[in-house]
Amino acid sequence: MRLPHFEYAAPRSLDEALRLLAEAGEEARVMAGGTDLIVRMKHGLLKPGFVISLAEIEELRPISFDRRKGLSIGATARLAEVASHAEIKRRYPAVASAAEKTANVQVRNMGTVGGNICNAAPSADNAPTLIAMGAEAVIAGGKGKRSVPLDRFFKGPRLTALEPDEILTAIQVPVPPPYSGASYQHLSARGRVDISAVCVGAMTVFEGSTCREIRIALGAVGPKPLRALEAENLLKGQSWTADMIDSAGRKAAEEARPISDVRASAEYRRQMVDVLTRRAVLEARSMAGKRRR
Amino acid sequence: MKHQITFTVNGDEVSILVDPWKTLNEVLREDLNLTGTKLGCGTGDCGACTILLDGRSVNSCLTLAVSVNGKSVQTVEGLALSGEELHPVQDAFIKAGAIQCGFCTAGMEMSAVYLLGQNNSPDENQIRAGLSGNLCRCTGYNQIVEAISMAAASLRDARPEGVKQ
Ligand SMILES: Cc1cc2nc3c(=O)[nH]c(=O)nc-3n(C[C@H](O)[C@H](O)[C@H](O)COP(=O)(O)OP(=O)(O)OC[C@H]3O[C@@H](n4cnc5c(N)ncnc54)[C@H](O)[C@@H]3O)c2cc1C
Ligand code: FES
Ligand code: FES
Repeated sequence: MRLPHFEYAAPRSLDEALRLLAEAGEEARVMAGGTDLIVRMKHGLLKPGFVISLAEIEELRPISFDRRKGLSIGATARLAEVASHAEIKRRYPAVASAAEKTANVQVRNMGTVGGNICNAAPSADNAPTLIAMGAEAVIAGGKGKRSVPLDRFFKGPRLTALEPDEILTAIQVPVPPPYSGASYQHLSARGRVDISAVCVGAMTVFEGSTCREIRIALGAVGPKPLRALEAENLLKGQSWTADMIDSAGRKAAEEARPISDVRASAEYRRQMVDVLTRRAVLEARSMAGKRRR
Repeated sequence: MKHQITFTVNGDEVSILVDPWKTLNEVLREDLNLTGTKLGCGTGDCGACTILLDGRSVNSCLTLAVSVNGKSVQTVEGLALSGEELHPVQDAFIKAGAIQCGFCTAGMEMSAVYLLGQNNSPDENQIRAGLSGNLCRCTGYNQIVEAISMAAASLRDARPEGVKQ
């Protein structure tokens, strides 16, 4: 399987990349790890005349944590780096776990969390947790910088809020509030290595036994990652009982908009949204109990 | 437009003109005649094309050759550099009978070398997770897993200073 022909540049600064992108217009595609882009080009689904690699841009690489601003995952930080990063594992274990559950060893050594988000597959493994944790996409473009909350970033299958002249520079995840916890749950046909058939991310904040805040995001069960807002409403402001958790699971399953495909039937997916939502909120609650600060 | 790139392959510096659409797999196999690295699926699923890029295991079928300018590449040909003595991972694959048709072997061994660099005493689950990006149509994996734990033991014996309890 050979690649179609294209021109290539690997600029060393973001400004240079933005300039090249603006000049080339719709002809150009940016590339982070290439694990989605190259595969789609080999399948003939994309034929960009110009590929702009972000890999040599030093400022897009770093993963950093700030006590006020939270976690910043640079656009070219690799899945393997995010999965094994000490600070992410300690403060954002669900984010590390989602990266660790994405693809296989080699693809995690090449692919990035940023590419997973920009690729905007409905099944993107890193989307649900990041949405649940209130993450934002930090974007640079011809008109300057802007931030878009991730739950408004996804527009449909492979469609995002990015304009053709814009580049994602980082994903910003707020500092987890005291007594908060998050969880990522997923299922796929072939265990760890397959694209998720269903995935759920949840984040919750407790005050004593009362749930003050909750966000639940569902992946692979709609044209884009979805918030399960009605399920959230059943749990928010409540002291959870087993019945409430069951109803939230059922409500999330109703809110899902799954289709049947090679990975699973719509009916199976809907039932698994119920199961995984319950698992995710329970794990998030138990993590909240462990995080006293 | 062709790009001039310079990188090292198994320690030797290579300078070559490449088309931007050439994968590293194509350049290794077709321009440098290093055919130990295989091409299976071409889409990141099978791992037959696995090489080490600056020490990380990656799929050479998804890596653009232009992107390795200035980097270091290690292929299966670089495991037994002297050409006489095999790398402990290669030795263990032979002893454990972990090779049938051999198509997956180079990729398996590169993944094994990467895994053992990260973890010198992986348990069975860690070995299987380390091979999550490599498919084998012949062996059923058991002998491959066994080979990697044998290799881990012989590497630990050879470099006892690296062993921590
Ligand atoms: C064998 C295999 C298994 C896989 N398994 C999984 C899996 O289990 N779960 C999963 O979710 N995914 C999986 N993937 C898909 C892919 O590996 C991931 O989505 C990965 O995170 C993509 O990152 P990348 O850096 O390689 O993206 P790229 O291929 O570089 O880019 C993906 C898309 O995003 C755009 N883009 C990238 N970065 C930016 C940026 N900074 N600004 C603007 N646009 C940008 C590109 O133009 C392209 O359209 C798999 C892929 C393979 C080949
Ligand atoms: S040939 Fe590269 S992963 Fe199959
Ligand atoms: S030995 Fe034949 S594919 Fe593994």
